[in-house]
Amino acid sequence: MIDLDPLTVATIFAMALATYLAKAGGMWVLDRIEISERTEAGLEALPGGIIVAILAPRLVDGDPATWVAAGVVLVVAYKTENVLLSLIVGFVTVLVLRGQVVALLG
Amino acid sequence: MDDSQSDDGPVPTERSASAESTVSAESTVSGPDTDDPPSFSLAGVRDGFRACVPIALGVAGYGVVFGVLARRAGLSTAEATLMSATVLAGAAQVIAVGIWEYPIPVVALVVTTFVVNLRYALMGASLRPWFRHLSPRETYGSLFFMADENWALTMAELRSGGTQGAFLLGSGLAIWTFWVASTILGATVGGVVEDPARWGFDFVLTAVFLVLAVTLWEGKRSFAPWITAAAVALAGARFLPGEWYILLGGLAASAVAVIRRD
Repeated sequence: MIDLDPLTVATIFAMALATYLAKAGGMWVLDRIEISERTEAGLEALPGGIIVAILAPRLVDGDPATWVAAGVVLVVAYKTENVLLSLIVGFVTVLVLRGQVVALLG
Repeated sequence: MDDSQSDDGPVPTERSASAESTVSAESTVSGPDTDDPPSFSLAGVRDGFRACVPIALGVAGYGVVFGVLARRAGLSTAEATLMSATVLAGAAQVIAVGIWEYPIPVVALVVTTFVVNLRYALMGASLRPWFRHLSPRETYGSLFFMADENWALTMAELRSGGTQGAFLLGSGLAIWTFWVASTILGATVGGVVEDPARWGFDFVLTAVFLVLAVTLWEGKRSFAPWITAAAVALAGARFLPGEWYILLGGLAASAVAVIRRD
């Protein structure tokens, strides 16, 4: 039941350490160094940039069902700000477009 | 931790209302520099936990998704649970299982995790005016449990005059509990599904990132960095091995944001 691969566990611990360094490092570093507004702007742009970088090839290489569902997710997420609802609606859209719902019904 | 919102500084939200109701009313408008420094008590932990439970329930929905994705990526339920318990950073974990493969790209995973979580450095720093009254053990112990949601909640609480230094820890424990439990649930369910692509599971990850993108969108200000990130990532994905295009895209967005600061 408990299935732990040593390298996987080591990687997870390294990720945990990296995350903690980021969480605690700010308090520690900014205690000693004044960062510029430029640096701050650069840090703020990182998460969004990374998300977009992940998405771009996925969307470009996707099938038409993916494109339509992606649009649906964007609209629902923007309008409702509800994470779970957006995911469910997008997921159902993909299923419908790929014909799985029809297959389910008969 | 899912809807990692833009780090445009401490934003008092309407959540503070629910937080305040559970916190003593004695502290009115006392800034961090008054003679009413934050205390660190069990009552503070409890208040933080209670105030954060409704938010943690929302986080749990996302945790189920993470559990499913982790199983899809090849992680066992125990490994997915271990990651949620020790890393405790939603966006970074979802990205990690998105690029997870075998053999494990250890360096790319760790570096990406660090870069995605760099925003926490700013968030942690923003708590300094209050946390400098606490001991290092209290401060650096609490920071482990900092996620986007409970950081925002704590910030709102302290800014409105709260004096519970343990609020971040308490609210973080709520997030941690729900996050780990929902990961186990998602990983258990995710291991059962066969032929996931046929059922659209390949789209779940894309959808998660789309939702994250919407929460991170800051209007016109995001446009140029994001277009650049997309272009660099597409080129990188075509011409570079592995997942380095992700970091390159992120850094390109960062560079554009720095240049446009003028």
